[in-house]
Amino acid sequence: MGRLIRRLPSSPAAVAGAVLVTLMVILAIIGPPIWGAAAERIDPAAILQGSSAAHPLGTDNLGRDLLARVLVAGRYSLTLALLAALIGAGAGIVLGALPSVLPRRAARLVTGTVNALVAFPGLLLAMFTAVIAGLGAKGAVLGIGAAIAPGFARLTQTMAASIAGADYVAAARMLGVSRARILVRHVLPNIAEPLILNLTQALGGALLGLAGMSFLGLGVQPPAFDWGRLLFDGFARIYVTPEVALGPALAVALAGIGFNLLGDALAKVASRTAVPGKLSVPVVPPEQGEPDPGAVLEVKDLSVTFPGGVQPVRELSLTVAPGEIVGLVGESGSGKSLTAAAVGGLVPYPGAVTSGRLRLCGADLGELPEAERRKLLGTSLAMVFQDPMASLNPALKVGGQLAEVSIVHQGASRADARRRAVDRLGHVHLPEPEKQARRHPHQLSGGMRQRAVIAMGLMGTPKLIIADEPTTALDVTVQRQILRLLREVTEETGSAALFISHDIAVVGELCDRVAVMYAGRVVEELPVEQLATGAAHPYTRALVASLPDMDTDRSGPLASIPGRQPSPGQVGAGCAFTDRCPLATARCAERPPLVTYGKAHRVACWEA
Amino acid sequence: MTFSRRGGRGSFWRRRLVRFVVSLIALLLASFAMIHLIPGDPVRASLGPAAPAELVAARRAALGLDQPLPVQFAHYTRDLLSGNMGTSFLSGEPVTGVIAARLPNTLTLAVLAALLALAVAVPLGMWAGVRTENGRHRGTDVTFGSVTGTAVAVPEFLYSIALVSVFAIGLGWFPPAGRTGLTSWVLPILALAIGPTAMIARLSRVETQRELGTEYVRLARAKRLPAPRLYLRHVLPNTLTATLTVGGLLLTALIAGSVLVEYVFAWPGLGLKIVESITQKDYPVAQGVILVYGTIVLVVNLLVDVLLGWLDPTSDIREA
Repeated sequence: MGRLIRRLPSSPAAVAGAVLVTLMVILAIIGPPIWGAAAERIDPAAILQGSSAAHPLGTDNLGRDLLARVLVAGRYSLTLALLAALIGAGAGIVLGALPSVLPRRAARLVTGTVNALVAFPGLLLAMFTAVIAGLGAKGAVLGIGAAIAPGFARLTQTMAASIAGADYVAAARMLGVSRARILVRHVLPNIAEPLILNLTQALGGALLGLAGMSFLGLGVQPPAFDWGRLLFDGFARIYVTPEVALGPALAVALAGIGFNLLGDALAKVASRTAVPGKLSVPVVPPEQGEPDPGAVLEVKDLSVTFPGGVQPVRELSLTVAPGEIVGLVGESGSGKSLTAAAVGGLVPYPGAVTSGRLRLCGADLGELPEAERRKLLGTSLAMVFQDPMASLNPALKVGGQLAEVSIVHQGASRADARRRAVDRLGHVHLPEPEKQARRHPHQLSGGMRQRAVIAMGLMGTPKLIIADEPTTALDVTVQRQILRLLREVTEETGSAALFISHDIAVVGELCDRVAVMYAGRVVEELPVEQLATGAAHPYTRALVASLPDMDTDRSGPLASIPGRQPSPGQVGAGCAFTDRCPLATARCAERPPLVTYGKAHRVACWEA
Repeated sequence: MTFSRRGGRGSFWRRRLVRFVVSLIALLLASFAMIHLIPGDPVRASLGPAAPAELVAARRAALGLDQPLPVQFAHYTRDLLSGNMGTSFLSGEPVTGVIAARLPNTLTLAVLAALLALAVAVPLGMWAGVRTENGRHRGTDVTFGSVTGTAVAVPEFLYSIALVSVFAIGLGWFPPAGRTGLTSWVLPILALAIGPTAMIARLSRVETQRELGTEYVRLARAKRLPAPRLYLRHVLPNTLTATLTVGGLLLTALIAGSVLVEYVFAWPGLGLKIVESITQKDYPVAQGVILVYGTIVLVVNLLVDVLLGWLDPTSDIREA
């Protein structure tokens, strides 16, 4: 419980909820002793009065002060609600836990009943129970309890089922521990917390449900009174003195709001995520040289900054020539994908992109008017993401998702766009492109979907294809096909490609040039022929060496680079690779610039 | 997995239909059992302790309560199938007639409120979802969260009372009670729709933000689609599944909530009737109305599933 309280969120809503609930509890404790006498004092001289100085909320048919009655009724209302919630939760937990100890058939029967009951509105269940149990507080409490139980049963069931799959439960079962014991020892303790959290919401629901029952005259009967009953009496006089309904209405509303806000906040406790800090102002990049008019993509000093000053991409520079396939390699977390996202203008908020220069097809993306920028990015830049299962919208047909590119950016008619979509699908060697266009993504295999995504990129006239780990999620044989397709597509269309991968072997096979990233920076850029033997940076060499080939001795452990890449927040002023570098010297405390090393070869290392 | 799809869909519908029928039978049993579960003698309870024993016995015989239970159930089912739900203890009217006269008022009220809620809540939730994506616009986030969070927590009978006090009694813009004309629909529909609107708007926002985080929306953004196309064609359809699932549950909740709203507005629907019948121990009416409510719930749930299956091309892999 202490752990729970410490994790409580401090949003305004949660605080408001906690305050309201605390006030309600205090009221329930101190209400009857303080105002109890006033609430029962009969005054024949002040019957059925409206609001006055002596009776701010008026009086009832026996002249009793309504404000005092509202304040006193808090205890009864809350007690009944607590009772109903506990009955409901208790019955629900038993019902929900039963299937895990009962024989299969009986378990299915219980599960089925619970599922059917969950779909039933609580008030109907409550009324059904109330008819049987009779009018009055007892019937209403049992009824509302019955209304709460199915929800709890469902919750217990789902959570118990997920715990039952856990390793330690499997282990216990293997040891021959009985199912009932597993339930009590392993399952229930682990789901206790969410159940307790849900009790707050159930309590709020019970309070409102009971108020509703009493308001309909089906719940608490005189001489006892709760808020709902006071509202029932007040409502009868609403045409004459509407203010008499105000007190109980307000009490019910505030209690409902309080329990709901607090319950919501408690339910969120489990899934708390860190709140990002303040955005730091990025430094203005230094002056750049003349732009390269021939380049498809020219990036100078590109940085992506997140709140708190974390920079996953730092002053990155990269040029892609027409028709060229450039591989961008590095370990996960080196900033490869964010670089791609920055080029495509897709860095998620609150990330901020700054660059000395960001030019696509000779146009400066920062200076282009919005409409032209959209068009340029929409038609000249194609993006292929890692997971083809996730990159197509499941609700739309494949053909439509392709066609809309032409409709939106090239003003094509629906029929023309559709024809082109089918043509493009055929172009990426999808069998029966007509048929595939009419299908939904889930009817295609992973490889087919990745082909469709590539075809989508070919709807325009791409000058650059950015492929972000396009084969990682696919089977090895399918990987080959997709790589071949990418190669073929660039050759045919003359498009350049930026191929992002953590797999240096694949990059070596597909690309013309390779840029190696480490901790947000490019540390070496070299022609692919040089990769195997001519790499200058110790990190590139280590990457290459870590690749197993036919000559590798499979009996020994695979080569790996000792140490870990620093996370974006930990990168210091010097060379980020120093800690893992066998060649590191004192000089490495200063960051080496990316300098020309040979023909089309640049490296950032003092020792190269 | 691509090949067994048609068979999968067929068996899904078969299972769904079987579940519907089983639930219907269970409901029938429950409504039949209701009158027998009441402790003591329902006829005596209804007529009061002062009623002569002959009258009680005659009434019992008329209701068939003196016969063995299986026979009673058989008669109950047979009568139901021929549209006979018994007669009211109090007025002697046939229950079927009472329900037939009032059911349309309740259904229209609930359906209109549900439509209003969906029409307002889905765009509102999407707008809020887009606007507060990734924690932008903290102000909108907090306002939206607290307003809908509060609105959800206030029960419909309080909205009803507030609306009546202000717009009917205070300002006199709308009739305070009864079904008198077009204007008399406004307040009950509003009272019924406010809570569900807030609820669906919250859900729609969560769903929208989930969609915005998906890879395919990222790709759609990479295609630089204009905002309306992106949100209406790529995001909206995928949020509808969850919204409609909850919307269907809400519709059943609306039908129950209408009991309270009808009570406040003296609306001549089923809700008012069931409250009357329970307070006055008019068991045949209560039994009939509960059976009808239950059937509506089952049918709505079935319809929602049908609608979802039709809307969502992948729903056939959904477990029933």
